[in-house]
Amino acid sequence: MQITPEALDILCPMHLLIGPSGQITHAGPTIQKLRRARAITGQRFLDVFTINRPHTMMSVSDLRRATNVKLHLEMRDPPKTALKGIMTPLGSAQDDLILNLSFGISILDGVRDYHLTNADFAATDLAIEMLYLIEAKTAAMEASRRLNLRLQNAKVTAEKQAFTDTLTGLSNRRAMDVALMRLISKDASFAVMHVDLDYFKAVNDTLGHAAGDMVLQTVARVMVEETRETDTVARVGGDEFTLILPGVRDDDTLRRIGNRIIERLQEPVYFQGHACHISASIGTVRVHADQSRSAQDLLSDADLALYASKHAGRARHTFYTPDLRRTFETGEAKNDRGRQPV
Amino acid sequence: MSAARAAGLETADFEAMLTYEDELTPRILDGIAQVLERPRSEIMEDLGTYLVSHPDFEPARRLLRFGGVDFEDFLHSLDDLPDRARLAVSDLILPHLELRKHAKGQFSLICEPSIAGYSHVVMGVLRVMADDYGTLAMLESSGCGHGIESLSIRVVEASYAQGRDFRLGAQAG
Repeated sequence: MQITPEALDILCPMHLLIGPSGQITHAGPTIQKLRRARAITGQRFLDVFTINRPHTMMSVSDLRRATNVKLHLEMRDPPKTALKGIMTPLGSAQDDLILNLSFGISILDGVRDYHLTNADFAATDLAIEMLYLIEAKTAAMEASRRLNLRLQNAKVTAEKQAFTDTLTGLSNRRAMDVALMRLISKDASFAVMHVDLDYFKAVNDTLGHAAGDMVLQTVARVMVEETRETDTVARVGGDEFTLILPGVRDDDTLRRIGNRIIERLQEPVYFQGHACHISASIGTVRVHADQSRSAQDLLSDADLALYASKHAGRARHTFYTPDLRRTFETGEAKNDRGRQPV
Repeated sequence: MSAARAAGLETADFEAMLTYEDELTPRILDGIAQVLERPRSEIMEDLGTYLVSHPDFEPARRLLRFGGVDFEDFLHSLDDLPDRARLAVSDLILPHLELRKHAKGQFSLICEPSIAGYSHVVMGVLRVMADDYGTLAMLESSGCGHGIESLSIRVVEASYAQGRDFRLGAQAG
């Protein structure tokens, strides 16, 4: 059986014939496009290509031993296109070799670098399907990526909304819970400050909800101004606020912050010419590092201190102490009214 | 938005990569037809034109161009279009298409659409693609019935004009 070079060009447009002395005696039409400056035919094969695997080859005898195994080659000239190939003796003389090449994984670079078209590949070659798949998958991936980005943004916005009190822009109870749990799990030292407005109901009742809302917004601004960026200021109820202050070193600092807040909240807020007077009662509990208290206990302690402030005549700031709880519990038992902390 | 309202929907936001209920598509198309006061078939053909000519959908045009080296080759590749689409996006199910050649330059394309009027979308796509290949072709709707719609395609001149540039590997990553 004799196969003509023309038939080989059609079946394997990327093949080479190598003569007995290692010269390229024929190159398929697509391979010819890989070297435009100089005709590939007539050159020594090893001057045009390097074989990297299975091992480096220097001579024609090396080449002859590299038949029937997968070869990894590279063009010597830039852009040093990587190719894979398989070589086998042609005919019975064993002198001539035929080498069939393919771009393998570097197909995309290949078609770009050499401006190849459908016609440069054998009809049975999967190269075009490969390029189609690369493009199709890239397009689909890009569409998915954009969708993910939009969903991610929507999620961030929704989360932000879910953790924000819409009226004041402060954190809400959910955000406060998260901040508290985070500090507890880190065994950090921090303080929890419960702030409850005094006389707020009177503002609402006499001047209406719009006035009340304005007061709450002013209160929020004051508390943000009197605390640090790292503190959490949350509105946890109608006129109840919780401040979480990580890393506070001493009671004096907390006392100062609390007193400043009370002081500033007592400055009247004007609503349509009417002065709104409020104040605040505060209960604070400090947690030392590695004290491991539950969130529930902490909030209950802060409530108790707040209750003591209210009880002592409002506009006060009370620190929680175990004594406070003992006094409270005996007091509760004595008058047996089942009073709950505020 | 007014079309979405006409279709009885609360939102006009749809995501290309998400799946929606089948019955939404005809409702929206009818909504658009109602708002624009144009027949639904025209809207669908415009949709097809848009999908392959708008710069935002350049990847779609390129992927179609992979189907064939000339317009006739491309027409024959339509038989494989649903399979090719599924290769790209596994849950993208396109209606079955079948090309029949009657004489030199005479074809008919049979669609089995899940949405009535799909052949008009295909017609819009084919008109643009014929231009893309630089081919002069006459297309017309040649009837529908029994869930089948067909188009007749006459290639007047295969190389009528300079087609649009298509280079392998020009687009992808």
